[in-house]
Amino acid sequence: MSDAVAPAIPQPDTVDNAIATPDKHQPYDALGLKADEYQQIREILGRRPTSGELAMYSVMWSEHCSYKSSKVHLRQFGQKVSDEMREHLMVGMGENAGVVDIGEGWAVTFKIESHNHPSYIEPFQGAATGVGGIVRDIISMGARPVAVMDALRFGAIDHPDTARVLPGVVSGISFYGNCLGLPNIGGETWFDPVYQANPLVNALAVGALRHEDLHLANARGVGNKVVLFGARTGGDGIGGASILASDTFSEGGPTKRPAVQVGDPFAEKVLIECCLELYREGLVEGIQDLGAAGISCATSELASNGDGGMVIDLDAVLLRDPSLTAEEILMSESQERMMAVVEPSKLDAFLAVTAKWDVETSVLGEVTDTGRLVIHWRGEKIVDVDPRTVAVDGPVYNRPMQRPEWLDALNADSARALPRASDDSELRAQALRVLGGPNQADASLITNQYDYYVIGNTALAMPDDAGMIRIDEESGLGVALATDANGRYCQLDPYAGAQLALAEAYRNVAATGANPRAVSDCLNFGSPENPEVMWQFARAVEGLADGCLELGIPVTGGNVSFYNQTGDVPIHPTPVVAVMGVIDHVDRRLPSGWQDEGENLYLLGVTRDELDGSAWAGVVHEHLGGVPPRVDLAAEKNLAGLMAAAAEEGLVTSAHDLSDGGLIATLAEGVLRFGVGARVWLTELMERDGIDATAALFAESGARMLVSVAREDDVKFRGLCEGRLVTVTRIGVTDGEIDGLDVQDRFTLSHAELAAAHRHTLPERFGAVVGG
Amino acid sequence: MTVRVGVVTFPGSLDDRDAMRAVRLAGAEPVALWHGEHDLKGVDAIVLPGGFSYGDYLRAGAIAARSPIMAEVIDAANGGMPVLGICNGFQILVEAHLLPGGLIRNDHGDFIRRDQKLRVESTDSAWTNGFTAGQEIVIPLKNGEGGYIADDATLDRLEGEGLVAFRYVDVNPNGSLRDIAGLRNERGNVVGLMPHPEHAVEAGFGPDTDLAMRSGTDGLTFFTSVLKQSVLN
Repeated sequence: MSDAVAPAIPQPDTVDNAIATPDKHQPYDALGLKADEYQQIREILGRRPTSGELAMYSVMWSEHCSYKSSKVHLRQFGQKVSDEMREHLMVGMGENAGVVDIGEGWAVTFKIESHNHPSYIEPFQGAATGVGGIVRDIISMGARPVAVMDALRFGAIDHPDTARVLPGVVSGISFYGNCLGLPNIGGETWFDPVYQANPLVNALAVGALRHEDLHLANARGVGNKVVLFGARTGGDGIGGASILASDTFSEGGPTKRPAVQVGDPFAEKVLIECCLELYREGLVEGIQDLGAAGISCATSELASNGDGGMVIDLDAVLLRDPSLTAEEILMSESQERMMAVVEPSKLDAFLAVTAKWDVETSVLGEVTDTGRLVIHWRGEKIVDVDPRTVAVDGPVYNRPMQRPEWLDALNADSARALPRASDDSELRAQALRVLGGPNQADASLITNQYDYYVIGNTALAMPDDAGMIRIDEESGLGVALATDANGRYCQLDPYAGAQLALAEAYRNVAATGANPRAVSDCLNFGSPENPEVMWQFARAVEGLADGCLELGIPVTGGNVSFYNQTGDVPIHPTPVVAVMGVIDHVDRRLPSGWQDEGENLYLLGVTRDELDGSAWAGVVHEHLGGVPPRVDLAAEKNLAGLMAAAAEEGLVTSAHDLSDGGLIATLAEGVLRFGVGARVWLTELMERDGIDATAALFAESGARMLVSVAREDDVKFRGLCEGRLVTVTRIGVTDGEIDGLDVQDRFTLSHAELAAAHRHTLPERFGAVVGG
Repeated sequence: MTVRVGVVTFPGSLDDRDAMRAVRLAGAEPVALWHGEHDLKGVDAIVLPGGFSYGDYLRAGAIAARSPIMAEVIDAANGGMPVLGICNGFQILVEAHLLPGGLIRNDHGDFIRRDQKLRVESTDSAWTNGFTAGQEIVIPLKNGEGGYIADDATLDRLEGEGLVAFRYVDVNPNGSLRDIAGLRNERGNVVGLMPHPEHAVEAGFGPDTDLAMRSGTDGLTFFTSVLKQSVLN
């Protein structure tokens, strides 16, 4: 730096300047752009990009925003679609979130999204802003958010870093979701060393709206105002932009900024209420939330989806830090901001509403029909692009794929070779170990930090199979939601594994009595530049698309997260699948355990000797190999139909699906739900299905459910099963006299033993549960 | 005559709609009140709902206690109008000096949501007269800053004068001194507590009971109590 004392005033890199200095070196590679991508930008513009344009392209063409590696595969979700799947779909993939008709004039919008990498760097803020971001997607559709869920994956439960990441992530979700006043109604927590340096934090939000209240992200109506409102724009979340800043002026500029955004749930809560009032008053033509890529994304997407043009004055952006450069303002990921398109005649009314909620608002510009997105800063034109080239027509890659060479050996290494319990006392000991396995154990330590009561419409939440929310207080219409993914199965076979995730979430929704209706997915994988990972991804997407077609429920949206790996080792493929179902009246819902004695316990479905990839193999033998359980989606569909009918007719008092941990986990959780004991027998099941006691208790065959049925409904229920061709076996009775679980002629587990086995695992590592 | 119960919405209030539903289910008419106004709209009683008013910046409830509407609420409370503060509302009442003591971070440091057993210690108030003394009830609790504190002299006075309205039973979920979950004032018109009675007013959406899932409605008595009180007045 020269001897001047004052910091250099950043000079904007204008369009004129870009034309005049075609050979200026630009740090495209440091911004994550490949040489050919940079060249492509130059060709699109017919000149070099300004640094502002480069900022926009680099972030919008990133994997995260452009889906450039996944796009060619994700198309299947739009292609493998039947009329049945279209019937209820109001808005499909591509918008902020899908919208599904649930009847009575109501629609719901829901979506699951990842915030994995920020949550590893800064667990609390990373997870908190993950919740904030997905909730803004829901508001953008014109819906009132009504609930959130979270699907979490951590490293080994006993690794010291897990003790850093888990409490931070959980308190981040708890802090943000609770302060927003959104009930957290479920989710899942898994531990596996493959997630050690790459935890997964997937957050789901669901919102409700009347059909006529649907809002889309588009900038239509030439002359309409483009308005930015919410929190001020600051220097957070702009890791990339600081590279540009340092390029623009060498010294005396802004200091390095935090790469992880900081959340303020209070600002978001006020923003939600403000948006809903704006919608009610009919003051918004189009709306978009600001998340990844901030103003770059919002302006280019709104313009692309509308009349094609927009002119913006960046000086009008309200800043937290006046020293921000244009590039930083364009890229800032400051939270709790929204961008609306407003008719000029309604602008005063719009401003009155934002003023009422003390939400800061500024008019940035207006909609044009020029087909260009033009941005000015300090009186100079710094961006002049076709917005579609930024937001829509980014690069698309057909990445090389390679079936992993190690897969054959892994598939050949079946759990069949593992020793099984030699007597009932060993079987009993194994049961206790599985119940306390990190992925089967009670997660109250986590879920007790989430408010599921707020709003007063929560009909089901943890520990039941799915969360359920009443949407219409008069009619009782509601929706159920569950998320699932078994990364172990996906590692063995990503196609089958993705279908099993879909089947489990579908079954969990069906267990509540709701009719599964739509899907959102968050596809967490390793690096797409690794051909083996790309193969896993393609297989998982294919499995999911085929599975949805067979079940007749559409994928309405979701998110892809690549580059999840610890060192060079990719995570297990983890396609987290969220299924949403509809129930006519939430009064009909079913809990996951029985509360009355003297009821019959029926096992629905067929049990096979399927232990490969199971919790039993993992917990008892630390083994992962073989092939996952057979996928039978026709049986899943049949079972779901039966459950909906049984719930509707009130023939079943509880239902709990069988999945990881097998029958023993389902039975134990059934006992623990309300503390009412049960006596069960395995003989009939073992004989009919040709399996041994280990398979009977621990196999993870799909399309199975445990239900309790009151004696007076016995005949009707069995008739229903017969009519619907669902295999049914009476395997026990509920009995208040029995302390815990009596597996007849084999072993007993007292309530205290069950509770201790199931509840000790997490508190041992992360601290006591309040009230035990 | 329909009893009108006002529910104040502050920026960051979360359980305001729940409180209004509870008022309605009890048979009264809920009236929305806005933090920035000085208008109580002629209501007969007031609920300060749960949430994170003004983001709970500074101290929980501290900013809300100084908002425009609170000037009217304080006057009305001093004039004998029934006022119920739930969770953040309790924190606001304490910050407004309508009830003594303070509420601090839970002793274990985390936010906690649980179905909490309470004992009704005082039925001499507008909001508890429908209970019987010593009755045990289950009310959902959900907070991060619910630890009740006061100096020993104050605690002794509260106990001596029967101003402890509710005590935690079996589990003290946040380190509250002497297991105090809620208080009433001397006159009995002002009650504040950390647990959320408005989340136990409708079968199907409350805490589990021995009879059925989510069927607990112990919280409804808070709202029917004030109805009775207001009709009598």
